[in-house]
Amino acid sequence: MSVATSARSMLVRASRASSIRSLGSLTAVRSKYTLPDLPYDYGALEPHISGQIMEVHYTKHHQTYVNGINDAQEKFAAASTPAEKVALTSLIKFHGGGHVNHSLFWENLSPANKDGGDPPSGALATAINDSWGSLDNFKGKMNTALAGIQGSGWGWLVKDNTTGKLSIITMPNQDPVNTTQFTPLVGIDAWEHAYYLQYKNVKADYFKAIWNVINWKTAEKRFS
Amino acid sequence: MELHHSKHHAAYVANLNKAISSPTSANTQSLIHFNGGGHINHSIFWNNLTPASSPEAAKSAAPTLMQAIEKKFGSFEDFQAKFGAMLLGIQGSGWGWLVLKQGAELDIVTTRDQDIITDGATALIGVDMWEHAYYLQYLNGKAAYVENIWNIINWKYAETRLKGDVQGEFKELKAML
Ligand SMILES: [Fe+2]
Ligand SMILES: [Fe+2]
Repeated sequence: MSVATSARSMLVRASRASSIRSLGSLTAVRSKYTLPDLPYDYGALEPHISGQIMEVHYTKHHQTYVNGINDAQEKFAAASTPAEKVALTSLIKFHGGGHVNHSLFWENLSPANKDGGDPPSGALATAINDSWGSLDNFKGKMNTALAGIQGSGWGWLVKDNTTGKLSIITMPNQDPVNTTQFTPLVGIDAWEHAYYLQYKNVKADYFKAIWNVINWKTAEKRFS
Repeated sequence: MELHHSKHHAAYVANLNKAISSPTSANTQSLIHFNGGGHINHSIFWNNLTPASSPEAAKSAAPTLMQAIEKKFGSFEDFQAKFGAMLLGIQGSGWGWLVLKQGAELDIVTTRDQDIITDGATALIGVDMWEHAYYLQYLNGKAAYVENIWNIINWKYAETRLKGDVQGEFKELKAML
């Protein structure tokens, strides 16, 4: 099961579990979200993303989203009125989105001496060429979209679930991609914490460098 | 501080001037709003800060404001706790503000990204909660950044803003946002 599928099904499970609890018919033990295993070492993406960034990003930032979603869901389950539950939805979206987005992101990356940076092949390569003419042209467009984010957010290469067409979208803060409409293929974290220790304010260099560690094999699996 | 001022603030200024002088792209208005807001917010922010050893960093430099804070929040400590919790609750990039609302009541509010204080309210103190404001020193530990920033707040400047008429600042720019 891909991370995308498992993250989605976790959210589905979570919403189902809470609606059951709200009926008061079941006191199920809800499984807590946990950090997914990182498929490489912290330093394995150097020099493109530093080991320090990876370690803080994974053990601190992602962990905070995991803690946040667990905490919010606990409070949601304990809330007795609809108003209390509604007040928690923004926290659930933020931390749940942060967990989903980062889980997809880690799988998107691979060391440059493994799959990182190897261009896509097959149907995905064809689809990218159809939409943007070339992989380089696509990267340029995606980097422009990333650089244009005003604040914190993410850039995504997505497939439209109805038409199959590819597009580039950006999402603010930790808003997750709407997976009813789109399948996220490649996500790039444009929060300052994703690059600041290494690239400081020169985020354009981060966006250029990250393509050296993008795992297109993951994108191909999500695409098909 | 150096990067924040010489790179980040400078980029807002440069991009604002670019958007104003060559308004060609479809999102010029959004660029002016964002970069103009970034320029205004950072301009207030630098004045909000002062060395911890300076007399302006003492709460006694803002007697009227301290009275108003106690009236609104019960005590300075309650204000600090509420303001801190609000800052740490910002989801993404943004700012936290102590403002004087129309009708002369204090309030604490957040603005997202580089949105500015509007609706006739006056910004008294602004705290930059973008990650670039603290990341090199505090990493993800933004609670420590918030705790420590209290040591370098320029209370004299906040008092001046409370008493003075600062509605006119950045008037032309604000009209363009
Ligand atoms: Fe992140
Ligand atoms: Fe800033």
